[in-house]
Amino acid sequence: MCGIAGIHCTSGGAQPQRDELLQMAHQLRHRGPDGDGYFIDNHVGLAHTRLSIIDLATGSQPIHNEDRSIWVVFNGEIFNYVELRQTLEAQGHRFYTQSDTEVLVHLYEHYGTDFVHQLNGQFSIALWDQKQRQLVLCRDRVGILPLFYAEQNGRLSFASEIKALLPVLVRAPELNPLALDQVMTFWSPVGDSTMFKGVLQLLPGEMLIARDGTVRRQRYWEWRYPTDESYHCGTVEQQAEELRALLSDATRIRLRADVPVGAYLSGGLDSSVLTALICANGIQPETYSIRFRDAQLDEGTHQQRMVEHLGVPYHQVECSEADIGREFPRAIWHTETPILRTAPVPMMLLSGLVRTQGAKVVLTGEGADEVLGGYDIFKEAKLRRFWARNPNSRWRPLLLKRLYPYLEINPARAQSYSEAFFGAGLDAPGGPFFAHLPRWSTTAHCKQFYSAEFKACLNEDAILQLEHRLPCTYTQWHAFNRAQYIEATTLMSNYLLCSQGDRMLMANSVEGRFPYLDHRVIEYAARIHPNLKMKVLNEKYLLKRAMQKELPADILQRHKQPYRAPDIPAFFQDGVASEYVNELLSEAGITRSGYFDAQKVSFLLKKIRQGRAIGYKDNMAFVGVLSTQIWHYMFVEKHGRALINH
Amino acid sequence: MSIEHQVKNYILENFLFTDDQAALDVDESFLAKGIIDSTGMMEVIYFLEDKFSIKIDDAEMIPENLDSVSSIVSFIGRKKNA
Repeated sequence: MCGIAGIHCTSGGAQPQRDELLQMAHQLRHRGPDGDGYFIDNHVGLAHTRLSIIDLATGSQPIHNEDRSIWVVFNGEIFNYVELRQTLEAQGHRFYTQSDTEVLVHLYEHYGTDFVHQLNGQFSIALWDQKQRQLVLCRDRVGILPLFYAEQNGRLSFASEIKALLPVLVRAPELNPLALDQVMTFWSPVGDSTMFKGVLQLLPGEMLIARDGTVRRQRYWEWRYPTDESYHCGTVEQQAEELRALLSDATRIRLRADVPVGAYLSGGLDSSVLTALICANGIQPETYSIRFRDAQLDEGTHQQRMVEHLGVPYHQVECSEADIGREFPRAIWHTETPILRTAPVPMMLLSGLVRTQGAKVVLTGEGADEVLGGYDIFKEAKLRRFWARNPNSRWRPLLLKRLYPYLEINPARAQSYSEAFFGAGLDAPGGPFFAHLPRWSTTAHCKQFYSAEFKACLNEDAILQLEHRLPCTYTQWHAFNRAQYIEATTLMSNYLLCSQGDRMLMANSVEGRFPYLDHRVIEYAARIHPNLKMKVLNEKYLLKRAMQKELPADILQRHKQPYRAPDIPAFFQDGVASEYVNELLSEAGITRSGYFDAQKVSFLLKKIRQGRAIGYKDNMAFVGVLSTQIWHYMFVEKHGRALINH
Repeated sequence: MSIEHQVKNYILENFLFTDDQAALDVDESFLAKGIIDSTGMMEVIYFLEDKFSIKIDDAEMIPENLDSVSSIVSFIGRKKNA
């Protein structure tokens, strides 16, 4: 991956200056430490920082077409570039590099803005057509790569990360209240909003076209599910074979690189499948894993099981609570948004391990749960629908216990109270957000820490706003598919792929590749019947069937363990907090930023110091408040990286 | 300090994060007001066991015993007298 940035004069704005592009690129150096490149004319300036992976010798960007009228900077990979290039050359296009980037300018020449449909990859693209005076910005289908932009004073500025926009924006950074409220509901900003007022993000599967002083956005791809029961009709075995073949090919083309490609190996099903498929493609990848001292969180036994089964080289990084507390500010510098769990931090340490081993590309299993039906939230929804239909069933307590066997303190333990959690929305099992309401109402606990002044700024309901953006066929989809859609377009694209994905990889200049998010896999999986994705309560059933001959039975049968990391304990040792935590959460610190109520935060801290904050709600509230304070300190008060240990 | 005050202050400080006595009525249902969920109830149980030296059985973890300040006070009274 790389970093891209640029400025386009849309309606009378000042011409882009080289110094501005240099400033923007400087902020993206971690995304592309191997080089930089620039293009500038009277209307547009493009900047690129390069992480060289394909065509190390001649792949520097910006890249142009034959007559130098079309220029592109590009962050990501086009995995089917080999096939695209063959077709384009047969059509008469001449190439001057061996890179995947060059197919973009020729595809655009050939197909215009429809070129994007030809791409199998992960990308954010900025393409300048000098003849048409048209700028095209484009983001991959599911949001693996980020792309932000802002329009101010007749200019459209864009970049892979917001910190690269800040030097060229006129208005000082300011918090967007709706985005913070979205974080405190969905775990991340959703839609096109960002934490920064006036800065937007291109949606996954969206294109922005700027021409003749106008800027318009259009969707070119969207998650879709059957409205007419048109699911695959082959036998289970046939579908399992088809799924395996697609996943294998998605993996194969993601091994294309001029540097070694490794794999993240958590010990769970998804990464085990990928590592096995890499081996089946004839490569024994280096594997990289996180270890925790807390046995509840650690998956070392399962990692070892797969390493022995496949005979692959294995590297591990042990992540302590102190590591998380120390590295947390650095993670927020990269996420550029508050987070409610510390789980991204170990992912940043893991990419650090990859880099110190001299590698820079890994395959990783994100997307499997969304695409193939793996999350507990899908099981919860199934059970809750059962409850709604059978309110007096004696199976209820037993089913609840099956949901969360891996948690010491879990919502199902005090059974009489579990109804309050799982009962949310039971009166409307057909509602648009039936599966997600319990999680969102738990997360909304964080909102009680808002200050009165901040509450007064909120004039939009985050959930209602999300409802307004649902696709028109949404209500006709199977309930299981509706839950998949919400999961993929909220938590996955904006949190898992962004805060916990791209940003934590790029913090150490490492590229992640995601075979489960190959659009062919997604589109095939959309037509797998929900009963084959989750057979009763057996998640990712068809994937397990597809891989049953290649994985050990204990890996196939183990209960899904969500990836988690220590939250509050990472910031306190014997009840004493780190210096930066005390400072940012002090009454003065809280009052200065103004988002939270200082008295409420002080009671939360007192509860933590007494060792009483053990539930998810308090953990999320603490991490959410702290990360918002760090965000404010770094970006609004402009202290930048001052909190980061070098 | 009475048991009622101790329990009420604990709920106020640890679940509503305030010392405003008007923020909670002693008969208010924790569940109905969304103050405490099942995980929170485990925290309450740890507190009650620790503070009042009682042992709460799984079968006693029911809203009738634990869903308001007043029901907790009655429950503790019954446990102490048992």
